Amino acid sequence: MIKKRLNIRMSGLGGQGAVTAAHVMAMAASKDGKFAISNPFFGAEKRMAPAESYCRIGIERIYDRGELVFPDVIEVFHPQVITMGKSYTMPFYSGIKEGGLVIINSDAPLLTEEDIQRLNDLHVAVFYINGTQVALEVAGTELSTNMTMIGSVAGITKCVSMHALDLALQERFGKKFVASGGTATLDEAIKKKFAKKEMLLQKNLDTVKRAYEMGVEWAEKNKYELQVAAMAAA
Amino acid sequence: MDTNSVIGTTNKKGQVITDARRMMFEAPRTPSFYTGSEVIKEAIRRANVDVMIAYPITPQSEAAALIGELFAEGYVKEYFRGESEFAVMSECAGAAFGGARVFTTTAGPGTMRAMENFPMWSGARLPIQMIVTCRGINSPLSIQPDTLEIAYLLNTGMLVWHAETAQDFYDWILKGYIVSEEPDVHLPLALCCDGFFVTHTKDMVNLTPVDMCLPPYDPYRSPVPCMDMECPPVRMMRDPFVMKSNYISYATHASWQQEVWAAVERSRKHTIAWIDGLIETENVDADILIVSSGTAVSQGREAIRLLADEGIRVGLVKVKSLRPWPGQEIREATKNAKHIIVPEFNVVGWMAREIKASVPNSDRVVCGPRVGGGMTMPPEVIVSEIKNALGIRSAAMAGRGS
Repeated sequence: MIKKRLNIRMSGLGGQGAVTAAHVMAMAASKDGKFAISNPFFGAEKRMAPAESYCRIGIERIYDRGELVFPDVIEVFHPQVITMGKSYTMPFYSGIKEGGLVIINSDAPLLTEEDIQRLNDLHVAVFYINGTQVALEVAGTELSTNMTMIGSVAGITKCVSMHALDLALQERFGKKFVASGGTATLDEAIKKKFAKKEMLLQKNLDTVKRAYEMGVEWAEKNKYELQVAAMAAA
Repeated sequence: MDTNSVIGTTNKKGQVITDARRMMFEAPRTPSFYTGSEVIKEAIRRANVDVMIAYPITPQSEAAALIGELFAEGYVKEYFRGESEFAVMSECAGAAFGGARVFTTTAGPGTMRAMENFPMWSGARLPIQMIVTCRGINSPLSIQPDTLEIAYLLNTGMLVWHAETAQDFYDWILKGYIVSEEPDVHLPLALCCDGFFVTHTKDMVNLTPVDMCLPPYDPYRSPVPCMDMECPPVRMMRDPFVMKSNYISYATHASWQQEVWAAVERSRKHTIAWIDGLIETENVDADILIVSSGTAVSQGREAIRLLADEGIRVGLVKVKSLRPWPGQEIREATKNAKHIIVPEFNVVGWMAREIKASVPNSDRVVCGPRVGGGMTMPPEVIVSEIKNALGIRSAAMAGRGS
């Protein structure tokens, strides 16, 4: 399916970097010359509390803001989004569009028979990725889990290029970034995991790449296609 | 020839003080992908602000912190945190009385807490700029964008503009100072946006050159004398008029209030020139029009696209300035409309009330859809409201908890 707009809903827990992931995706899409908007949705900034973010990518100007009620793609950053209902919608896939895609970070299947049936009825594909494990293997820290969520959706849908993701990561982590106190603390925490800023950038990029390749492989194997149309030539 | 003009001279950061028209309308622009909060910072970097007073409250805290960075970099002359929003707004008054260009940001309960100050700012003719990043003000507590607080600002005598996008925000912060500091206006400006939907959303914004800034505020253009506490222009410090129950004091109050609102009216011509009209319109010959302000306009634009796919043509009126209120413009733009749809992010529908009071045959006005508490309004909800008004059945929507 080729669409004028791809709406991505990222459901995570506070501290996992779902907000950063949506911003990086949108920054990358913008660098690719597409139209993009990203925004977060959360309550009090608190570790492990539900936190959602949204990234909209398309070939025409995007006005839509706020919560993504009818997404094409849903990314689940943490099993608790499903198992403990830490989501702004119940079930977590509420509103997903026909032919959509669900990406779940988990080492075990989490969906009930009923969930599987309802998603099947809507022709929604489900891709499990053990993102936390991938982040530990490639970057040496689970704080890079959000990079696997960026990589996997990019690999499956090609909505942003690896080159643009590289540029976006440099922009986000390569210079001083002022945000809320919570985000600043987490930025400091992840910097301490690496000897040098270049190392942080490289390891995160490697993590994105690994997940990107896994996504590409899965999409080819399952013949799954969900893409944003190419921009019309200027 | 000798001149005292500051245009063309540089400030201590090396920015060239530029004629505002040249800076805003002619200078090249650089596209940048920023959040609304970052855009506020970039506008203030170029606004030649003397004093910024901050107090943390979501969703404006990030912007307030970013202006702190500007202070550290030397772009803002004075910056401090007040004791509460009430203190902040009072301190803003003090700084403006002293002849400074003043900036502050607030949101939701903060706006409400500081409310006493706003009519005072207008009455004292202080051209302070206050960014309002709307959030819920009700209990149970909400930090999400709900525009109810704007309803309270409409009768303060402040200019009130409602930005739809970060681009509006960027341009209007800078243009806002120009309008608000005109001698025949000289009033505070509440520049509102919907919190999170603008402040925390990354969007493409075209910025003016970083090496250009606005001319500084000239307090001698004030229509009332700068406050001199040793020698006040009237004896209002020790003997306020309110203490004298005589004809002169009542007449003074009445005429001064009329003068404040006359100044709001006089701002029209400047506002129209600087922000290209009090409203923006698209396809107003359509039978159905969406009329609103802020993010509700954005959601309306998406609804118009969805309906166009089904062959239903809908036009749009974006209200940019709420004070002064563009009653005449709205009356003209909606004269052929059979249905006027007013989507709003608040429970009372203050925008629909204003529009109903401005147009003939006000039963054409559909007061909704509305969401409260800062909830999202998907474009599909506006589509459904429009179909309902047209008597077309629409499929039930899968909502939360389906």
